[in-house]
Amino acid sequence: MSYKIYQVNEALREFVPREIIDLEERATWGNPKRGVMDLPYAKELIEEHSLCAGCPESMAFRYILASLPAPEDTIIVNSTGCTSLVFPHIALHTVHSLFGNQNAVASGIKRVLEWRFPDKVKDVIVLAGDGAIIDIGLDCTLQSFFRQEKITTICFDNEVYANTGGQESGSTVKGHVFKMAPKGKQFEKVPMWQLAIDSGCHYVARLTVSSPKRVEQVVKKAIYVAREVGPTYIHLYTPCILEIGLNSDDGLEESRARDKERFAFFEYATPEAQEVINRKKEEGLL
Amino acid sequence: MAQASTEKVIYNRAGQRVVSPDYLLFEAPRTKHFMTGSEAVKEAVKRSSVDASVSYPITPQSEAAHLIGELWVEGYVGVYFRGESEFGVMSELAGCAMAGARSITTTSGPGTLRAMENFPMWAGTRIPVQLVLMARGINSPLSIQPDNLEVSFLLDTGCMIWYAENAQDLFDMIIAGFVVAEKPEVHVPIITAVDGFFVSHTREAIMLPPDDIALPPYDPYKSPMPVIDAEIPPGRFLRDPFVMKSNYISYATHASWQFEVRSAIERSRPYAKHYLRGLIEEFGDPEAEIVFVACGTAAAQSKEAVRLLEDEGIKARVVKLKTIRPFPIEELINATKNAKTIFVPEFNVVGWLEREVRRYLYKRSDADIIGAPRVAGGMTMPPEVIVKEVLKILGKEVKHVI
Repeated sequence: MSYKIYQVNEALREFVPREIIDLEERATWGNPKRGVMDLPYAKELIEEHSLCAGCPESMAFRYILASLPAPEDTIIVNSTGCTSLVFPHIALHTVHSLFGNQNAVASGIKRVLEWRFPDKVKDVIVLAGDGAIIDIGLDCTLQSFFRQEKITTICFDNEVYANTGGQESGSTVKGHVFKMAPKGKQFEKVPMWQLAIDSGCHYVARLTVSSPKRVEQVVKKAIYVAREVGPTYIHLYTPCILEIGLNSDDGLEESRARDKERFAFFEYATPEAQEVINRKKEEGLL
Repeated sequence: MAQASTEKVIYNRAGQRVVSPDYLLFEAPRTKHFMTGSEAVKEAVKRSSVDASVSYPITPQSEAAHLIGELWVEGYVGVYFRGESEFGVMSELAGCAMAGARSITTTSGPGTLRAMENFPMWAGTRIPVQLVLMARGINSPLSIQPDNLEVSFLLDTGCMIWYAENAQDLFDMIIAGFVVAEKPEVHVPIITAVDGFFVSHTREAIMLPPDDIALPPYDPYKSPMPVIDAEIPPGRFLRDPFVMKSNYISYATHASWQFEVRSAIERSRPYAKHYLRGLIEEFGDPEAEIVFVACGTAAAQSKEAVRLLEDEGIKARVVKLKTIRPFPIEELINATKNAKTIFVPEFNVVGWLEREVRRYLYKRSDADIIGAPRVAGGMTMPPEVIVKEVLKILGKEVKHVI
């Protein structure tokens, strides 16, 4: 455990902003049972997110960061887009490198950390949007799955390039009109969760963020399986309420509506992954 | 001496005795070997306590990449695998370096351009990764032959660029490259370029120190940027991050960061000067008014041309540039003080080195600068071609049959 790196130097304590001191005193470190139920009480690892008011992606961020089993030993690799605006607000080791190379960077980090720290567990997680994972970065995404990199990839699917102003993405639903698809999208939404299964992921889940507890369970399963078995993939619906014309308090209702259709909860685990999940349940960690 | 007798002997992970860079490069006894440039890469990596390498096939660098893989099997390299493309490889290598590894890879021609977006990212991330570039030129039309056009594209990426003339240069530059790139006040990527085929595939005599000694391992905690390993506090958790904001603090931060990368390259000068024994090498008659300014194989061929010109009764000399970034400005100005005619022979159609020479000698030299001869697409540059160019300019009869 290396959460001691969050201890504030005594000589500097009076000059350090309150939220940094809170990280030392009130965040949950060294406790794999931490989860979304801590949210009202513990200091969160994200400070004043920079997303739009009511953005479901901010919910996803908060639930995921609250669910990491070992945040003190977690490295998050992100990509360009709305998500990249948030990372400077996160109190963990994070990387923004290029648009689309996130799974390649994560592969290098994970392999070197396994080699440098053979006796420690260091979780490497990719958090990126559908454009980064499914379009521009698909090659790096799938190749990291083929190579059986022990990383967890989490896709924030808002079904659009939101940060650049609302252009069609591979994840957009067929027929939907966005910029660059002025006649409506001409082909089907890319079934990334299925590609993940076919490409060798050992645990795959598709869901919305309407249930915080479910997000917690899925994140923990994906990280535990990635530690021991191989790549895992989570496909989260995080609608861009601006681009689909909703109000800032509509995000949760939109998510619940999609729970019943194209984002109906779906989970897949290989036998090796299931064995890890069962064991973690017995240990009371899931 | 590598170690005073009172000092504890230290071994790296591969079991090699750790010695100082100066001992490894200058003092250790050397023995003569006969090998290709690709094999010289292996010998250099073997003595450099390398932590990670990621590879991808492309002619002519593939053999060097295979040989690094063999070192991984033998335990001299910690992490090694084949990536999906040069774009992926350079990103994977960035990940390795961010996580605290001394990292190296190799590429050539089109692979360089496939990977292009990564090089300014490497520099901006301040990782001291090493790219051994075995130049081959770029498409289209498809060519796998020697040509160094791709170097032109790398000049402004924020990476240091050194240029090796032969296998010996390449061996020494790879080792010195890690040492200089990892200095905390430098800490930017290093590209060690060499002409593909002419050096990578040609056997020549090379002097090597023993292989049971190696560079001190990389200490990632001396990096000016936080290592991404969750062992030290993260670099950014800020209330109001300056990145990606539309305000003048954000703009100024971005601009000053880029200036700082270039300044870091400038700060490499004294180290490069020491470990490369000067940023340039001079050959031939110091009083000669005809000067060839060249790097790589073109420098080697120019040296041969100097010998041929001597037979014609014409004095000439060569200024070989060992570093392109940083560019040896003062050294070049001093070395061309007496020059009346400067020839810049090159293995590409654009004459990127001629442009560099003109830029830095502008108003600092009265010499005529001639961007010739220039060959490309796999053509060789026989010394007679260089001689012919000189005789033509001097208005002399061209006797040599090419």
